[in-house]
Amino acid sequence: MGTTTTMGERDERDERAAEPGERNDRQNISSAERWISMIGGSMLALYGVRRRDVPGAAVAVLGAALVQRGVTGHCAVYGALGIDTAEEEGGFLEQKHGPAAVLDASKAVKVERTVTIDHPAADLYRFWRNLENLPAIMDHLESVTVLDERRSRWKARAPAGQSVEWEAEIINEIPGELLAWKSVNDATVPNAGSVHFRPAPGGRGTELKVVLEYQPPAGRLGALVAKMFGQEPDVQVREDLRRFKQTVEAGEIPTTKGQPSARKG
Amino acid sequence: MKAVCWFGKEDMRVESVPDPELLSPRDAIVRVTSTAICGSDLHLYGGKVPSMRKGDILGHEFMGEVVDVGRGVKNLKTGDRVVVPFPISCGSCHYCKTERYSLCDNSNPNAWMLEALNGFAGAALFGYSHMYGGYAGGQAEFVRVPYADVGPKTVPGHLSDEQVLFLTDILPTGYQAAEQCGIRSGDTVAVWGCGPVGQFAIQSALLLGAERVIAIDRFPDRLAMARDVSRASDLVNYASDTDDVVETLKQLTGGRGPDHVIDAVGMEAHGTDAYSRLESGKQVLKLQMDRATALRQAIQACGKGGTVSVPGVYAGLIDKFPMGQLFAKGCRLVGGQTHAHRYVQPLLERIERGEIDPAAIITHRMRLDEAPHGYSIFQKKQDRCIKIVLTP
Repeated sequence: MGTTTTMGERDERDERAAEPGERNDRQNISSAERWISMIGGSMLALYGVRRRDVPGAAVAVLGAALVQRGVTGHCAVYGALGIDTAEEEGGFLEQKHGPAAVLDASKAVKVERTVTIDHPAADLYRFWRNLENLPAIMDHLESVTVLDERRSRWKARAPAGQSVEWEAEIINEIPGELLAWKSVNDATVPNAGSVHFRPAPGGRGTELKVVLEYQPPAGRLGALVAKMFGQEPDVQVREDLRRFKQTVEAGEIPTTKGQPSARKG
Repeated sequence: MKAVCWFGKEDMRVESVPDPELLSPRDAIVRVTSTAICGSDLHLYGGKVPSMRKGDILGHEFMGEVVDVGRGVKNLKTGDRVVVPFPISCGSCHYCKTERYSLCDNSNPNAWMLEALNGFAGAALFGYSHMYGGYAGGQAEFVRVPYADVGPKTVPGHLSDEQVLFLTDILPTGYQAAEQCGIRSGDTVAVWGCGPVGQFAIQSALLLGAERVIAIDRFPDRLAMARDVSRASDLVNYASDTDDVVETLKQLTGGRGPDHVIDAVGMEAHGTDAYSRLESGKQVLKLQMDRATALRQAIQACGKGGTVSVPGVYAGLIDKFPMGQLFAKGCRLVGGQTHAHRYVQPLLERIERGEIDPAAIITHRMRLDEAPHGYSIFQKKQDRCIKIVLTP
């Protein structure tokens, strides 16, 4: 979003209308408001024309003006009054976030899942803290390579033998309690995750909570990412945690693959 | 090997299938010497249980000889004679460790299915549909037994198969149903359903201190067995003796009502009153999954302060639940799958002491090949069929 231009091209861009979502200096109406203007204006214009009388004509002209203001993104009235609703990108529907944020929570997919495992939190934490163990838990991860105490390189499986890679850094860790990381350096799929370890009451072990957020890019790659994390990422994480609990508690993941039945093949 | 396989509603076939193999270090392979058809198998037979696939091997009441063990199994060796409890339990989760084996967290590879249905998933079962794990069952010549260091229990050579086979399911089920009531010495207990579980519930209630046990059913041969084999003190045939079971029970108990009631009938209850017919209709129209005639009667009949104990299988939702009565009488409702592992040893000891004779409820003995016929007569209650034991 947002292409850079040279100084020479800038004047030309000034002259043409901005696309909704695009910016130029003359735009002072937010995206949402532009749409409302265009739609409302065209309805008014249609109504006015149908009336076939003088008041109708006036309404039609008003409607046309609203349409034009929506299309160009510039409102003369706003300009005169010094109003600019396009201040933020996209206008009032968009969230602000600070410089450390790697993804926009309103656009991200969020998965949160808790499981109780009959095992001490300190042990479970140590297993997760060695990030290279994570592919053994999370089905969609192919590998995690630790680069230093904070940074690591992750690789996830994508359909059709493809993969997606990114670099991540640990942003918070409290041994036995919390581990949090986020992708860095403009990852293709910005993502962040955290694991929380809390003692379960009654000596029942540990309540382990995983929170994952990722922002699929638009377009074809986005669809690929959606498939990679599963149609329901919630389900994938749930099953990942179930298998982890089974492995830790029972030492094996239950299976019936290879058992007999009367089905052929 | 030969195995009894499900192919659709009322379509059981004995097919030739591959022998099972060890799939995990904690597995064992058992050569089946005796196996039985359970009342709950009839829900599968009748096509009432979802997530079945054609070709699934059934059977969860089985025993035999260990012929192979995984390297992780230290408590069993080839040649051991074992009974195998029907729930598959890992032994390491919180529920297994607190002896609630039928609630195991870890044994079901398809736990998500039960979670979708019930919110939480319990233990997998042998031979009981894919939502219960899809494990091949024991109405076969060989079975693969997972978590073999937890389930199978060795049995002494001087007891015949018929004397110990029911430790796998129905005897612990009847016993747990009675134990759950919290019977005080001298209590009266009423049992709906005189099938095998009901028979063992009657016997267990008496062993646990009940002075009188009232048996309720509509089949004279089952009521006769309740009296002659299980020693029930009173019989009520709801089809011929009375049209108001609740009132009859009240009169039989000096106006107090039974101290505890056991519903050993479950979701395919048969009733003769108008509401029962309505419920059957609703089932046909898929408006309701379970028929709850027996359960409703049990709740209504239960005396003040008593327990309504439900070993009968229920799966879905029911209408017209007498919650107000339950509350007004201060009754307790408890149910669930049997924690069979917990009862094998104590009940084995009772069998050895001659306190229980489980074999007395067997009415039919067949070869494994004859299983389809067995299912048919068991379901129709033909030929005075109460319990069938199959030998491969």
